[in-house]
Amino acid sequence: MIRTPLRPLARILLARQQGVNPDSIERENLRLRHEAMRDKSRLRAEGRLLLLGMGFAAAFTLIGARMGLLAATEPMEPRSAAPGAEITATRADITDRNGNVLATNMLTHALYAHPRDMVDPKRVAQELAAIFPEFKEEDLYRRFTDGRSFLWIRKVLSPEQMQKVHEIGDPGLLFGPREMRLYPNGALAAHVLGGTSFGAEGVHSAEVIGVAGIEKALDVRMRDPAQAGQPVQLSIDLTLQAAVEEILQTGMTMLSAKGAAAILMDVHTGEILSLASLPAFDPNDRPNNPISGEPGDSPLFNRAVQGVYELGSTFKIFTVANALELGLVTPDSMVDANAPKRVGRFTIKEFQNKNYGPLLSVRDVIAKSSNVGTANLALTIGALRQQAFYKALGFFEPTQIELVEAPGAKPIVPKKWPDITVITTSYGHGISASPMHLAAAYGAIANGGIRMTPTLLHGGVPQTGPRVMSEKTAREARSMLREVVTHGTATMADVPGYEVAGKTGTAEKPNKQGGYDTDKVVNTFAMMFPASEPKYVLVVTLDEPVDTSGSEPRRTAGWTAVPVAAEIVRRAAPLLGLRPVVEPKAPDTLTAASN
Amino acid sequence: MRPVLYVLTFLSVMGLAFWAYRENYATQQALKDMAALQDDIAALREALTLQRAEWAYLNRPERLRQLATVNFDRLGLFPLTPEQLGAARDISYPPQAPLMGSIDNPQDVMGQVAPDGDFP
Repeated sequence: MIRTPLRPLARILLARQQGVNPDSIERENLRLRHEAMRDKSRLRAEGRLLLLGMGFAAAFTLIGARMGLLAATEPMEPRSAAPGAEITATRADITDRNGNVLATNMLTHALYAHPRDMVDPKRVAQELAAIFPEFKEEDLYRRFTDGRSFLWIRKVLSPEQMQKVHEIGDPGLLFGPREMRLYPNGALAAHVLGGTSFGAEGVHSAEVIGVAGIEKALDVRMRDPAQAGQPVQLSIDLTLQAAVEEILQTGMTMLSAKGAAAILMDVHTGEILSLASLPAFDPNDRPNNPISGEPGDSPLFNRAVQGVYELGSTFKIFTVANALELGLVTPDSMVDANAPKRVGRFTIKEFQNKNYGPLLSVRDVIAKSSNVGTANLALTIGALRQQAFYKALGFFEPTQIELVEAPGAKPIVPKKWPDITVITTSYGHGISASPMHLAAAYGAIANGGIRMTPTLLHGGVPQTGPRVMSEKTAREARSMLREVVTHGTATMADVPGYEVAGKTGTAEKPNKQGGYDTDKVVNTFAMMFPASEPKYVLVVTLDEPVDTSGSEPRRTAGWTAVPVAAEIVRRAAPLLGLRPVVEPKAPDTLTAASN
Repeated sequence: MRPVLYVLTFLSVMGLAFWAYRENYATQQALKDMAALQDDIAALREALTLQRAEWAYLNRPERLRQLATVNFDRLGLFPLTPEQLGAARDISYPPQAPLMGSIDNPQDVMGQVAPDGDFP
C-alpha cells in the first residue's frame, strides 16, 4: 500500500507561497488518514459481528430443529443395544436359601372396556356374565350403557378366560398387559411372603406393591429397577419349611389346637430356616383383612411374629441364667422352694399344688419347673437387674426381623415393677412376647451368650452382637435345659442322637374379665439341639391344644408342644445334615503316637 | 489425459454412491433383524420366567409328597430319618476281601538271591 504522505512537498510549497500555515495540511491529511483507518476497522468489525451472528443463528436453528424433531417423533427404544434381563422383570423374585422360587412374576392381562366403541352391549354383557360367574348380566349392561367412556372389568385374566373374551369379538373390550405376582408353593411360608396387590393402575401397566410380610417390608428393594434381575434370597429352606408345616398341621389337628407356630433358627447367624404359623392362607389369593372377630384368629395373623403371648415357664431359664451370671448361685446351690409361697395377698403355687421343697437345687428348679424356686431366685436378683437382663435379651422392644408385622408386635411389659411383678415375670407371666423374641433369647443361650438378631435374609455371618451372659453361664444353662429333657418335664423331646435341650411353658390365656381361663392355654416348647454344641433353636407354640389320649384332657406343654417339637427335630435334623450322635464319642482304637 | 481423469472421477463417484445406497439398506435391514431378535429374546425371557414358575409349581413340596404317596409301591420313599445317616468310620476301609477258601492251585515261585543285590 502506498501511504499518502502527510506533508506533500508540492502543497507545502504552494501553501508557503500563499502564506498559509503548512501544518494545517498535515493535520487535514492526518484526519483523513484516521478516518480511512476507522472506516476500515469498522467494516471489519461489522463483518465479524455478522459472521458471529450467523454462526449463532445457525447453531440455534440446529438445536431448535433437533429439539422440535425430538419432541415431535414417537419415543423409541435404542435399537442397537441388547436389553438386559432387568428390563423384563419389574419386581424381583424371591427364592429360598437354595434358590428355589418362592415368588415370581407372570405376564397376564387385565380386561377393560370402552363402552362407546361397543357394538352390542347387550350381547357382551350376556357373554361376559357367562364367562365370569361373579358378574351379573344386568349390572354389566347397566354399566356399559350409563354413558361412561371407560371401565375396568377384571384385574387379572387367565389365558383361557382371555381366549373366551377374544371370542366375543367386540371392539369395545380391550386387554392391558399386567405383571402378576405368583407364589408357586401356595400356602407354604405364606406368613413370611405376605402378599401383593396392584397399586396405581394404568392401561399399559400396573405397579405391584407388597401388602404384607417380606413383600411389604422389602418393597423398595423388590421394586428397585437396578436390582430387579437379582432375586431376594431368603434364609428359609423350602424343604424344611414344608416338613415343619406338615408336622405342625398334624399336631395342631391331633391336639385340636386353634393355631400353631414354629420357628427354626440358626443360633450363630440368626438366620430363620423355617417360620410357620397356622392356620395359613394362600398368598396368591390373599383374603381380606377381617372386619369382625378376634384379629388374632384370622389366618392372616402371624402367630410367630405378631402374636404376643405370656410364654410361661420357658422364662425360668432366664431367671436362673441371670442368677448364675450375677454369681448369686451355682447350678448345685439349694434354693428355697417351699410351696405355696405367700407374697402380700398373692399365693405362688406349683403345678397341681405340688411342693418340691423345702429345698431344691437350681438344676431341679428348672427340671421340675418350680415356680416358687424361680420366684425366690428372682427376689434375690431384684427388679432392676431382672429388668436389665430382659432388656439385654430383647424382651422390651419389637424384633427387627424383615417382616412388616414385626415392628407392630411390641412385647407387653409391666409398667411398674414391684416384687409381685418380679416374681410373675420370673416364670413368664405378666410379660408377653412373641415366639420370635423367645427364639432370639434362647439363641443367646445356645450360642454361648451373644445377643441374637433374627433375620430372614440369606448370607448371614456369625453374629458378634453384644454379650448378654458369659460362656460359662450359657453352658450351665444348657446343661440344665438338657436335664429338663432327660428327666424333667419334656422327656418326650428326647430324640435319640440329637441331645435336645429345652424348656416347656404353659400359660393360661387371659380372658376379657381380666382373669385367666384354666382350660385355654398357650403351650410353648423352646429348645436347642445338639445340646453340647447347639446349632439350631426351635420354638413351637400351640394355641389352646388339648391332649385327649389319656383318661382326662391334658393341657401342659409336656403333652402337647413337646411331642410336636420332637417330631420336627426327628424330621428336620436329617434335612439339616445333622448326623445323630449315637453314643458319646469313643476314643479311637488307634492311638496317635509320635516317634 | 484430463478427460480420462474426469471419466474416472465420475465413475468413482457413481461407485461410491452405489456403495452408500447399499450400505444404507443393509444398515436398515440389520436394525430390523436386531429388533426382531430382541423381540424373540424378550419372548424367550418371558417364556423362561413362565417355565421357571411352572417348574417351581410342579416341584412344590405338597405335590411331590402326593406323588411319593401315589407311587409308594414303586418307589417306596419315606421321609429322611436320622437312622439313614451314618458315620464314615462305620464303613470298613480298605474293603475287606472275602474270606479265602482252601488253596487248591498252589504255585511255586523260585529265584536266586544275589549276594550284592538290592534288598529294599
